[in-house]
Amino acid sequence: MNTALARLRHALLRQIVRPRLDLPLALALLLLAAVGLLTLTSAADLEVHVIVAQATRFMLGALLLLAVSRVPPVRLRSLTPWLYVISTLLLLVVAALGEGRGAHRWLNLGVLRFQPSELLKLTMPMMVAWYLAQRPLPPRWRDLAVVGLLIAAPAALIAMQPDLGTALLVAAAGVFALFLSGLAWWRIGMLLGALAGALPLAWPYMHQFQRERVLTFLHPESDPLGTGWHIIQSEIAVGSGGWFGKGWHQGTQSRLEFLPEHTTDFIFAVFAEEFGLIGVILLVALYAFIIGRCLWIAVNARDTYSRLLGGALAMSFFVYVMVNGGMITGILPVVGVPLPLVSYGGTSAVSLLTGFGVLMSIHAHRKLVDSRA
Amino acid sequence: MLHRPALKDPRREHARFRARAWTGYALILLALAGLLARFVWLQVVQHQEFVTRANANRIRLVYLPPPRGLIYDRNGVLLADNVPAYRLEVVPERVPHLQAMLQRLSQVVPLSAEDLRRFHDELAQQRPFQSVPLRLKLSEDEIARFAINQWRFPGVAVVPYLMRNYPQGKLFAHVLGYVGRIDASEQARLDPELYAGTLQIGKSGIERQYEGLLHGKPGYELVEVNVDQRPLRVLERVPPTPGRNLYLSIDARLQQAGEAAFAGRPGAAVAIDPRNGQVLALVSVPSYDPNLFVSGISDADYRALLDDPDKPLLNRALRGLYPPGSTVKPYLALGGLELGLRTAQDTVDSTGEFYLPGQKRGYRDDQRGGVGRVAMVQAIEQSVNTYFYKLALDMGIDRMAAWMSRFGFGRPSGIDLPAEASGVLPSPAWKRATFHQPWYLGETVIAGIGQGYWVVTPLQLAHALATLADHAVAHAPRLLLAEQSGMGAPRVPAPPAPATPSFATSRPDWDTVVQGMVAVVNGDKGTARGLGVGFPYPIAGKTGTAERYSRTTSAYDSHLTNAQLAERHRALFECFTPADDPRIAVVVVLEHGAWGGSAAAPIARTILDTWARERGLPVTPLMQAPPG
Repeated sequence: MNTALARLRHALLRQIVRPRLDLPLALALLLLAAVGLLTLTSAADLEVHVIVAQATRFMLGALLLLAVSRVPPVRLRSLTPWLYVISTLLLLVVAALGEGRGAHRWLNLGVLRFQPSELLKLTMPMMVAWYLAQRPLPPRWRDLAVVGLLIAAPAALIAMQPDLGTALLVAAAGVFALFLSGLAWWRIGMLLGALAGALPLAWPYMHQFQRERVLTFLHPESDPLGTGWHIIQSEIAVGSGGWFGKGWHQGTQSRLEFLPEHTTDFIFAVFAEEFGLIGVILLVALYAFIIGRCLWIAVNARDTYSRLLGGALAMSFFVYVMVNGGMITGILPVVGVPLPLVSYGGTSAVSLLTGFGVLMSIHAHRKLVDSRA
Repeated sequence: MLHRPALKDPRREHARFRARAWTGYALILLALAGLLARFVWLQVVQHQEFVTRANANRIRLVYLPPPRGLIYDRNGVLLADNVPAYRLEVVPERVPHLQAMLQRLSQVVPLSAEDLRRFHDELAQQRPFQSVPLRLKLSEDEIARFAINQWRFPGVAVVPYLMRNYPQGKLFAHVLGYVGRIDASEQARLDPELYAGTLQIGKSGIERQYEGLLHGKPGYELVEVNVDQRPLRVLERVPPTPGRNLYLSIDARLQQAGEAAFAGRPGAAVAIDPRNGQVLALVSVPSYDPNLFVSGISDADYRALLDDPDKPLLNRALRGLYPPGSTVKPYLALGGLELGLRTAQDTVDSTGEFYLPGQKRGYRDDQRGGVGRVAMVQAIEQSVNTYFYKLALDMGIDRMAAWMSRFGFGRPSGIDLPAEASGVLPSPAWKRATFHQPWYLGETVIAGIGQGYWVVTPLQLAHALATLADHAVAHAPRLLLAEQSGMGAPRVPAPPAPATPSFATSRPDWDTVVQGMVAVVNGDKGTARGLGVGFPYPIAGKTGTAERYSRTTSAYDSHLTNAQLAERHRALFECFTPADDPRIAVVVVLEHGAWGGSAAAPIARTILDTWARERGLPVTPLMQAPPG
C-alpha cells in the first residue's frame, strides 16, 4: 500500500519536474489556446457559458494529451489495427442509426454524443503508418492499392454522412503518411493526374448543397443572400480589418452578426477583422511553428511507424489551417473545417489535443532505450 | 516477371523520411505564404472597399421628415396644424407570405381596397428593405388590437407620425386646399433628397401653392443596425428643419361671417383690401372637409362629393364662371369718361327698348317703358341698360375690350393660388380665334351690360372692383401675409403684390362713377337702396343680375315669382367702403339669387358689418333686404 502510494507520488513528481513533453510545442499550444479563447470571447460577445464550455474542453483535451503522451508508440502500434477497425465499424453504425442536424454524424451514447469520424483523424494515419512500417519502402503499386483501400473506405463513409470537411482531413492524414513514406514522385504525379481526371465523375454523387457550395465558391456574387452570403460577409470582415484590425471586440461584422457562424467555422474572419494583417501574420507564424516542431519530432522519432504517424499528424494540422483560412478568404469552397484550437466546438479540440498527445509520446520515446524508464 | 525481394532498410527509410518531411514543410510554408498573400490582398490592397462595405452593412440612414409649417389667418387663428397619429408600416423583406399576411391582418385592422392599392403601388417602387406605409391614421382601438396580435405579424409595425389637421374643417377648404399621399407622378418629379421620409404633399390651394415653404428640409439619423436591421444606437443625428409657418391675409371672422350668410346656398364671396390686394375672405359654398383627404379619402366619401349636384369640390371663387351682368357698368362708365366719349352730364333717353339702326331685334331695359332721361350717375344708380347699350356702341368693342382688360377681365388675377380660371373678355379677335366667326354689332350692345360671351370668376370681379376702388391701381390679389421660421420667431412680411400704376388720370371721373355707386346703395331709386342703413361708412356698390338662359325682348318677367326668377338668375353684388377712401371691396355671387340687390347684397353687408365691428365701429344690422 505504502509502496504503491510512493510510486504514484514519484510518478506525479517526475511528471511535474521532468515532464515527458516537448516544451516548445507545449508552450506554443498553450499560447494558441489562449489566443483561441481570447478570440472566442469576442466572437461569442462575452457570453460566459461559451467560454467556460470551451475552456472545459481544452482541459479535457489537455488531460487526454498528458495521458496519451505516456503511452509508448510501440503500444499504440500494437493496438492500431483494432482501433482502426473499431472506428470504421462505428462509422457504419452512425450510417445506420446516427443523428444530427441534416447530416448523420453523431452517435448518442446517452451521456455524451460524439462523432466517430473524429476518431478516424487519429486512427487513419495510425493504420496507414502501421501498414507501411512493415513494408519495404518506398511503396510499390501493391502497397498503394492497399493503402488506397484503407483510406477510401472510411473517407467515403464520412463523405456520405455528408461531412466533406472531415472526410478531407481523414483522407489527407492517410495520404500524408503515404507521401512521407517516400512514394516515388512519378507515382505521385500519376496519382494526381488520375485524381484530376476522376474529379468531374464525383459531381453526380455529390449532395445538392455541396454542389451549391462549389458553384457559390466559383461565383459568390451570384447568390449574395444565400450561400454566397457567408463568403461575402467573411471577405468584408477580413478586408475591413486592414493592417491593425478594429481592436478586440470592436469587429462590427461579427458583433452585429453580419458574419454567420462567427464562433465556429468563421472565427478566423473575426480574428482577422479585430487584429488585422499583423495579427494574422503572427497567428499563421504560430501555426507554422507548431507544424514545423511536430515535423522535427517526427524526424527524430525512433522507428518508421512513429515517424510516419507523427509526420502525418503534423501535416494534417496544416490542412485545417489552410482549408479554413482559404475558406474565410474566399479562395477555397465552404467546407466545415474548424480553425484548430480557435473555433468553438468540442470534438475537434479534443481530438486535436489527443493527436498532439501522440506526438508528445513519440517525442518522449524517441530513444531506442528510454534512459528514464 | 521476377521480383527482387524487397528488404527493409531502416537507415535509408529514415533518410528518405527526413527529406520528405522537410520538402513537405517547404511546400506547407509556401502554401501558408500564399494564404498570407490573400490576406494582404484583402486587408491592404482592397481594404478601403471592404471598409465601405462593412459600413454599408451596419449603418442605416433613417430620414426624419420635417414637421409641416403651420398656417394661421392674419390674426393668428390656427387654420392648419399637425397632430400626432399612428400608421401601420410593412417591411416587405421581413414578411414571408405577403398576401397571406395582408389577409390575416385585415381581420385585425380593417384595410380598404384603396389602402391595398396604394400599398401595392408603393411596394413596386420601393426596395424590399424599405418600410412601406399600409394604413394611415389608426384609431386607438385599432392600435390596441394590433398590439395584442403583433407577434403574428413580423415585419409589420405601428409607427408614429405627424398628420395634417384642419381645425376649421370645411370653412377654409377652398383657400387652404389639402395635403394628400404623394402619388407616383409626383414621386417622379420630386427631389428624392428633400422628400425622403415624407408621405404627403400639398395637393391644392395654399398647401400646394406654398409647398416649398411649408415642407421644410428633412433631417437624418445614422443608425447602427445588426443583421436583423434592429437599430442598436444612433451614430449621428441631424434634426429636420421644420417647414415655415404661414400667416394668410384672410380674416377668419370675415370668412366665417360670409360663409354663414350664404346659409348653404351655392355661391361665392371674395373680400379684398383694395389698397394692397390682400384677400380678406375667399368663400365658396358649399364646401367639403379637407381632413377627409389627408389620409386618403374613401371611395364612398369621394363619390358622394362628386355626385353632389351643388359640386362642393368646385372652388367657385376661383373657377366658377358667371356672366358679370350689370356689375360691369361702373367700369364701362369710367371708360366713357376717360376716353372722352361721355361727360358726367350727358344724358340718354331710356324708353324701355333699344334698337340698332335697321334691325328688328330690340334690347330692353329692366323697367317696362324705361325711366326717361338719365345722366351717368342715375344710369348707374338705376342700372339703366339703354345708357350702356349706347355707350358700348360709341366705344366700340375693340376699345371696350382693351379698357376692360386693364381691370383684369379675361385673364387670371394672379392670386397666389393654383388653378385659377381666366374667364372670357369677348372681343372680335377672341371670337375669331375661338369660333372662327365674325363679330356682330349686337354683341357689342349686350357686352355693354355684361352679357353675351363675357364670363368672370368672382375673384376676377373682386380684383376689378378693388382696382377701381384704389383709383385704377391694380394690385394682384395676395393671400400670403407673412412667414415665420418657427413658433415665436419674428414674422417676416411677404413681399407686396405686384401693382401696376394707375391707368385713370382724372379724379373727377372717378368721383362721378363712385357717386353713381353710392347712389345704388343710398339713392331713392338705387337697385340696392337701403343696404347702407345702420352702417358707419358710405358704401359704394353695384348690383348685377345675370341670366342663366338667353331670352327674347318680347317677354317681361314681372309675372314670375322671385323663386322662379332665382332658378334662371344669378345674383351678383359688388361694393366697397368707405366710398371716399376704400379699405375693403367685396364681391358676392349667388347662383340662384333672384336679383342682385335683394339676394346677394345682404351677404356682402354681413361681411362688411363684421369688418366694421372688428374695427370698433358702431353697426346696426340690416333689418330688411334691398328691394331690387
